Amino acid sequence: MDLNTIWFILIAVLFAGFFLLEGFDYGVGMLLPFLGKNDEERRLIINAIGPFWDGNEVWMLTAGGAMFAAFAQWYATLFSGFYIALLLMLLALILRGVSFEYRSKNDHPKWRNFWDWSIFIGSFLPALLWGVAVANIVRGVPIDADMNFVGSFFGLLNPFALLGGVMFVAVFLFHGAVYLTLKVGDPVMNRAKSSAKKLWIVALALVVLFVIYAFFGTGMYRSGTAYPPTLVAAVTLILSGLFLNKGRNGWAFAMTAVTIIFITFTAFAGLYPNVLPSTVDAAYNLTIYNASASQYTLKIMTIVALIFTPLVLIYQGWTYYIFRQRLTLDHEMEY
Amino acid sequence: MDALFLARLQFAIVTVYHWFFVPLTLGMTILLALMETKYVRSGDETYKRMVKFFGTLFLINFAIGVATGIVQEFQFGMNWSQYSRFVGDIFGVPLAIEALLAFFMESTFLGVWVFGWDKLSKKIHLATIWLVAIGSNLSALWILIANSWMQEPVGYKLENGRAVMVDFLAVAANPSIRYQFPHVFFSGMSTAGFFVMAVAAWHLLRKKTHGELFSKALKWGLVYGLIGSALVITAGHFQGQHMVETQPMKMAAAEALWDTEQPASFSLFTIGDMKKREDVFSVKVPGLLSFLSCNNFTCEVQGMNQLQAEYEQKYGPGNYIPNAMLAYWNFRLMVGAGTLMLLLALYGVWLMYKKKDFRQHSRFLLFTVWALFLPYLANATGWLFTELARQPWVVFGLMRTEEGVSNTVPESWVMLSLATYTLLYAGLIVADVYLLLKYARKDPDEEETEQPETPAPSLVGVA
Repeated sequence: MDLNTIWFILIAVLFAGFFLLEGFDYGVGMLLPFLGKNDEERRLIINAIGPFWDGNEVWMLTAGGAMFAAFAQWYATLFSGFYIALLLMLLALILRGVSFEYRSKNDHPKWRNFWDWSIFIGSFLPALLWGVAVANIVRGVPIDADMNFVGSFFGLLNPFALLGGVMFVAVFLFHGAVYLTLKVGDPVMNRAKSSAKKLWIVALALVVLFVIYAFFGTGMYRSGTAYPPTLVAAVTLILSGLFLNKGRNGWAFAMTAVTIIFITFTAFAGLYPNVLPSTVDAAYNLTIYNASASQYTLKIMTIVALIFTPLVLIYQGWTYYIFRQRLTLDHEMEY
Repeated sequence: MDALFLARLQFAIVTVYHWFFVPLTLGMTILLALMETKYVRSGDETYKRMVKFFGTLFLINFAIGVATGIVQEFQFGMNWSQYSRFVGDIFGVPLAIEALLAFFMESTFLGVWVFGWDKLSKKIHLATIWLVAIGSNLSALWILIANSWMQEPVGYKLENGRAVMVDFLAVAANPSIRYQFPHVFFSGMSTAGFFVMAVAAWHLLRKKTHGELFSKALKWGLVYGLIGSALVITAGHFQGQHMVETQPMKMAAAEALWDTEQPASFSLFTIGDMKKREDVFSVKVPGLLSFLSCNNFTCEVQGMNQLQAEYEQKYGPGNYIPNAMLAYWNFRLMVGAGTLMLLLALYGVWLMYKKKDFRQHSRFLLFTVWALFLPYLANATGWLFTELARQPWVVFGLMRTEEGVSNTVPESWVMLSLATYTLLYAGLIVADVYLLLKYARKDPDEEETEQPETPAPSLVGVA
């Protein structure tokens, strides 16, 4: 396997980690106004992701940085092309990041209300826009011979991409609801559980629709490498609902986690060896070869990744262990 | 206004804004770690209260620093895609390492530190804030390695119109980073020192409760701020000498030195004519610039006109002189603010050494409160100077700024993002200052209010 392929896989792993981890805290953020009936309950919900959300967000930054380092042409085309979508996402993420810290530092109901809705929007928009972005990457966008994006913002809002966005929102909502069943006490826990059961159906339906659309409408399944991850994602998504109905919430969460990882792998497997197909001419596709950094840079980055990624996994895992306890309303809360 | 100008303005605004928050994080995490170390070693609860009090202020500041940091990574691709294509092979590497090595460490352990007071042993809890401090300063190191490459490209070759890395260690150990990192590191220390000094002085001026805690805090701030401001000036001096060697045009612009001089005099105040490229009025100290540039009073320092002629020979026709007025005044504001900080910290430490009660020196306390603006001024003008005076280059000697801007992004998009960032950032600074004032005024052991006075209504009216 060449270094270009290794880096393609590593970036897939970084995005999988990002969607798995931020997936549930985007989900929790979106559920906040609906599952928290009063201020105390909303604090409980926010504190359930309190120690983690910031570390989770670094997965996105690392994925972005790795794209820049390993496939600078991909990074440059994508980020300048998806400009307006990324701008919206950044505004949402800035607001969200500040909200967690500021929300409970003032008692006034209007103040808290404002930041609660900021958390909602700050979680909803990135979830939606990442779905739109991933679907567009898989589908391909107009790219010219100089690797430049020549489409428009509204071109990115095609039906397939919008379906991808809505699917991401639904899957993250489901994932977040299942997470809450593990992390908070009653009465929020029960509400989370009944929401999760409904969201399961919605998420499942949208994933099926997306796969059908991708099969007939895009090149995602042309090479066949996307079949196995799709199968894993589908099976685990079904299992997660079954576990949930049996009251095995921990297993349900493990399953949604695997589902999200394999949805990401499906997209990447369908892309390979492209990183951004061109709808203008297949000769203009960005691939893991024409978009990549030099072999020397890839080698350096491989060494760095091999040393530090396991470390990150160990200490982030440790934090989940430290804060494994279920939060209830009588716990002291930082946020 | 064209897309290039708007993209540059945007970079200046979001970067300087981001940099209002970062130096405090760099210095404050270490200071909090030191305070908590003192608490763990001595068992004195005063220090725990001190850590919690200043920790809250730090977190209010940190939130915006982190949130606005995301824009930094994205905007290279969004507004500067041609730059990203040109430098990606080199510039992307420190950025990725920064995220993997430093951001993860900083963010993960900060979460543990904030939420872990009752969940961890004292020593492990202490270890987490040290890891946050190391992580945030490592992130500064790696982003500065990236920036150093723009100031002084090393370890590369040009291939098919792109810069390609040939020596990672040369990039990581860029001569420029050896001066830049200490300068930034100590600027963080001095910022944090002056922040703690200002808050403590404000409490002491009120002459109310917690005199002991805030006297102690003021002393910590003073010592820390003195070390920081003395060393930031020292590091700056050596950085300046390195700059004379590698980017002489930048130094000439900083000094408004139009023509080569030997010995060169240091300008205290100059009004120049940018078009005619000459001074209209100036006050100068003979020989001082020679000394600052090369440690003796007689060496030659090159002027902008001679450098312009030399660069035209080397790089072809064009204007290689940066905006000398901006360079000159930003440089003076930075140096002036830094010098005032050093003097104030020296005076404060002298009071400390004489065992004076700070509360008897209310004028000193008042100055200290207002001196909080100085590190922020120095931090902002320092960056404005170093980036503006590198122009017209985005990568010195290799790529001009105008060549780096995204070629497919229309002006209206840049305008839209500039407007929305500015609005959002303006709103956030209001919330930030409001909360900082609110929490800075609190008494250290005042319990945070847990509940709103009136129960907030349900956000969504479904049962």
